[in-house]
Amino acid sequence: MIREQPIPTIDWLTLAPMTTVVVAGLVALFIEMFRPKQSNGPIVTVSVVGLALAGALTLAQFGMEPGPTFAGMMVRDQVGLVLQLLLIGVCLLTFLFSDPYLREKKIAFAEFYQLALWSTAGGMIMVSTTNMLMLFLGLEVLSIALYCMAGMDRKQAKSQESAIKYFLLGAFASAFLLMGIAYIYGPTGSLDLGGIAMIAAMPESGYLTMAVFGVGMLLVGLMFKAALVPFHQWAPDVYQGAPTNVTAFMAAASKVAAIGALARVLSASGALQEFWLPALFWVAIATMVVGNFAALVQKDVKRTLGYSSIANAGYVLVALLAHVKKPDQVPLTTALFFLVVYCLMTVGSFAVVSLAAKGGEEGTRFQDLHGLWKRAPFAVGCLIVFVASLIGIPPTAGFFAKLFIFQDALSTGLVPLAIVLAVTSAVSVYYYLGIIQATFVSDEGARKTVSANPSFGLNLVCLFCALAVLVVSLAAAPVSQWLRGSTQLPGEAQARSELQLDSGGRVGAR
Amino acid sequence: MLGDFMPILILMAVAGVICGAMVTLSWVLGPKKVTPYKQSPYECGVEPQGDARERFPIKFYLVAILFVLFDIEVVFLWSWLTVFKTGSLEFQVFSGAAVAVYMLLWIIGDAYVIKIGAIDWDEATSLAPEKLGLSPDAEAA
Repeated sequence: MIREQPIPTIDWLTLAPMTTVVVAGLVALFIEMFRPKQSNGPIVTVSVVGLALAGALTLAQFGMEPGPTFAGMMVRDQVGLVLQLLLIGVCLLTFLFSDPYLREKKIAFAEFYQLALWSTAGGMIMVSTTNMLMLFLGLEVLSIALYCMAGMDRKQAKSQESAIKYFLLGAFASAFLLMGIAYIYGPTGSLDLGGIAMIAAMPESGYLTMAVFGVGMLLVGLMFKAALVPFHQWAPDVYQGAPTNVTAFMAAASKVAAIGALARVLSASGALQEFWLPALFWVAIATMVVGNFAALVQKDVKRTLGYSSIANAGYVLVALLAHVKKPDQVPLTTALFFLVVYCLMTVGSFAVVSLAAKGGEEGTRFQDLHGLWKRAPFAVGCLIVFVASLIGIPPTAGFFAKLFIFQDALSTGLVPLAIVLAVTSAVSVYYYLGIIQATFVSDEGARKTVSANPSFGLNLVCLFCALAVLVVSLAAAPVSQWLRGSTQLPGEAQARSELQLDSGGRVGAR
Repeated sequence: MLGDFMPILILMAVAGVICGAMVTLSWVLGPKKVTPYKQSPYECGVEPQGDARERFPIKFYLVAILFVLFDIEVVFLWSWLTVFKTGSLEFQVFSGAAVAVYMLLWIIGDAYVIKIGAIDWDEATSLAPEKLGLSPDAEAA
């Protein structure tokens, strides 16, 4: 007996960037199989070439017809492409300064590169799918590699703690996500996010409670990944314990992927926003307040930056809420612009902090930055740019990113969020300046080690990030215009007006 | 409203009640004559020796986790085969190619595991000492 099994049509170009990244990782693994003695050079080269190729393949897709492929498993749209490009960029920047750092720390395991590449691929899947199972798959590919990378400094108790903490809590959050998927799959028989709108359109079916519950659980899982209060407790510990290059990658990539997925889930469940909007409203306030105020009392630079990344997640959540509240009026551009700027600032700052490692030792307390100004003036100069941008001082991109969010919040009636954003940003000046101040203290007596000499790659990363932060701010209007392209998630407008349609119009085949 | 899901809810309720009843009732009704010998941990019927919280080589963990990975691989193959045998030729070619890619990933992983000696039962590492920062050469690099 022969049954007709459907064969999906595949748009290979949509899959090409992810495939390239994965294959680059496999080739790098193949090289590592032979345990090259001294240098990770060939592996870094392969990884960087693979990432560049993936970036080119992503760029080539801008302006192409958006739409789903692979039986709705993957989707090509502007949001996904921008975020994919961003993830590739983050990975590339991290690689440029990783090798000297890992050698200084005496943990030059080449497995870092493969894991980071696959993690990036997982993130890229997450941001370009509306299928919940693919979302989960991407999240796990992203996370499992991160768990290993966090524990890479295997002789340090802090690194082990970071890995096990991240793993246990992450597994717990994944369980929430999976349960949420089950609650939406139950009544609709569909794994597409469009199922949520389908249920919302038929309140008389009685499944509304299940859908609300399911969306709530999905949000919990994703909010954990994005480190939003009250699901943030892991972030400072993990960021502190993981090797600094891993922290840079984790802080940027995992946040981009989680926010991208969160944007899709929120857009798809826009019809249920009367239930979750009040909750997320308070989550945003709590995130901004806790992130910024807890950062004030930290004694460790990586922890401070960890809390700062929590606070930044709060800012970008404000942008998302403004978008979901009035999708026609406020495009997703603001959130994307903020994420781009956030990645540049974060990777740059962690790159400078990674100079603290020398000869197998590393101190990341504030006093370990003492005298950095004399030893690495260029890196500190760039750090000043990053910090100015994190604070939001006018000529930098950080200012515009926050300003756009502020405007969006005001124009959609989320005035309290705008006020909290402004006030907590003012509070953040104190701890950000503390980082800069520490680098200028000339007495180096309190240091654990002297700092390493900045490598060429690190200087390159600093230069690129600092220039980008400044250039993006000069070109804020055209850049956000370019991002604007069609940064509405597909089918969003229809999902609002005719609720029986899902986001994409391809669900409902039960 | 929840009609479709009623059977599974009932199943869960019944399972909960039965498990709870068995544990609670045997605890409440069972006779308890406590002796020091009965209180001691059970270790195959012999006197327990030493501390149970002993450290043992991480190799066990590595072997266990590799076993789980390759076990999971078979689970996916099994479900694929059930649709493969009834599919059309076109589907068989398509899904066969997909599974070939999937298997290739496993084979590369397997080759990596064997090549670096992850399942060799000795304490040596296949990493060059330079990579571990043990040699002064690493400083110069």
